Amino acid sequence: MKFKKLIGIMAAAVLITSAFTGCGSESSVSTDGSTSMEKVIGSLGESFQNKTGIAFTFNPTGSSSGINAVLEDRCDIGLSSRGLKDEEKQKGLTETVLAYDGIAVIVNAENKISNLSVEQIGKIYTGEITNWKDVGGNDAEIVLIGREAGSGTRDGFESITKTKDKCKYRQELTSTGDVITTVKGNPNAIGYASVSSVKDDIKVLTVDEVAPTEDTIKDGSYKIQRPFMLITKTDKKLTDSAQKFFDYATSKEVNDLIVKSGVVPAN
Amino acid sequence: MKKKQLLENIIYGIFLVLGLVTVGFVLLITGYLVVSGVPAIREIGFFNFMFGKVWESTSENPKYGILPFMLTSIYGTAGAIVLGVPIGFLCSVYLAKIARPRFKAIMEEAVGLLAGIPSVVYGLVGMLILVPGVRKFFNIPDGASLFSSIIILAIMILPSIIKVSMTALEAVPKEYEDASLALGATPIETYFRISVPAAKSGIAAAVVLGVGRAIGEAMAVMMVSGNVPNMPSIFESVRFLTTAVSSEMAYSSGLQRQALFSIALVLFLFIMLINATLNFFLKGNKEG
Repeated sequence: MKFKKLIGIMAAAVLITSAFTGCGSESSVSTDGSTSMEKVIGSLGESFQNKTGIAFTFNPTGSSSGINAVLEDRCDIGLSSRGLKDEEKQKGLTETVLAYDGIAVIVNAENKISNLSVEQIGKIYTGEITNWKDVGGNDAEIVLIGREAGSGTRDGFESITKTKDKCKYRQELTSTGDVITTVKGNPNAIGYASVSSVKDDIKVLTVDEVAPTEDTIKDGSYKIQRPFMLITKTDKKLTDSAQKFFDYATSKEVNDLIVKSGVVPAN
Repeated sequence: MKKKQLLENIIYGIFLVLGLVTVGFVLLITGYLVVSGVPAIREIGFFNFMFGKVWESTSENPKYGILPFMLTSIYGTAGAIVLGVPIGFLCSVYLAKIARPRFKAIMEEAVGLLAGIPSVVYGLVGMLILVPGVRKFFNIPDGASLFSSIIILAIMILPSIIKVSMTALEAVPKEYEDASLALGATPIETYFRISVPAAKSGIAAAVVLGVGRAIGEAMAVMMVSGNVPNMPSIFESVRFLTTAVSSEMAYSSGLQRQALFSIALVLFLFIMLINATLNFFLKGNKEG
């Protein structure tokens, strides 16, 4: 009797566990990382898949998650919108620049201001300048909108404007879309977001009189920009299909695609 | 006969395994939280972690104090209860005792619908309507604040409070009320002097359930609270325990990530405490 019950349990267990098994195919490329890179990596992946027939996946988790995923062999190539930290390099990771992304400084469409210098932006974000009238705008308190700690965009913005850890944010939001929505909804707000994700109905400021365009980002005259990187393991060979994708993504033939996604190709 | 017995046993086995799977998940999550949450608390120091007022997880000299998050979660939940409980309680008295059947059916449907709205939708509506509204109404620079979060949470806990207190009120034996009415009390007197006291442990359970819902909510408050780790103040941008975990998790690494797990552990303990309170009230209900 007991024995029969045991058989019953085992039969049920086998039935249940068999439902959970399943596995991915051999020839595929998996990437994991920066949500800012979703657009560019999405279009690269799609054209790569059409061209070679190798399945391509992208898991938008964030730069640090992507870097961890490479370390833990959970994906072939990690995507990061910030440079590797020293401790991450020591763990055996290599970075390859894929493209440059400009970070646009945005204000509400009702705002009179259309240009700020990098220095002014820094002073605004550290709370030295708190009223729009001090930079030539209306008499209203400046509302600082930023991204959460650890975000690649925030890291890029703060390191370029030299405001690291000194920003007096009024709101820290977790996505580019939220930043844009919030700036749209508040006439006195200022925020920052990837140039590629900024649409028409929000005002993009020129920085030191330079507007963020492909040319100005590429030649470096637009100051607020950051690299998009492919992260791989230094001492471990990529799988054949991952290597194919790596070569494809860093080749000149994809430059048009990269430009179309709103960022500037590095190669 | 034997065949039948075997079938019985197989089915018994399936049920047992499925039951154990559920228990297994609970144990797995608890174990995982403790294992991944304790090291950071040790490294940071229990006192620094629980009572530190500054959270700067990505600076050169990171500081991991979660007191602002704990206080925000407590104030936010308390505020939501203060606003939500009177509305929810009176609504449930009305629905359970006073409302006409057809109207009651429609309102119950509406309450059910309110419970079914995903929290991200609450957040979105809050972000697009409530936050700018609060900014204009109180004439402050920005509306994303503890106040906005309290409003959203108060609305979100209404359905659970209404439903559970309604069930408790409807379970009051009709004889109690009949006796009170026969002695000359008006219907309203009867409801508040007889029905409500008789259902008090159920109503208390409803409030505790509301607390649990409010303290565990992340998505909606993340979109309206501003997410800056300030010490809580009604019109300041604040960060809750839940949003502290979810807003930094995506990009975190090293000790910062471990500290996020520690926050999750603290939140988990908060919720365990609330569940224990809930069980206490429900048990009281059975015995009373």
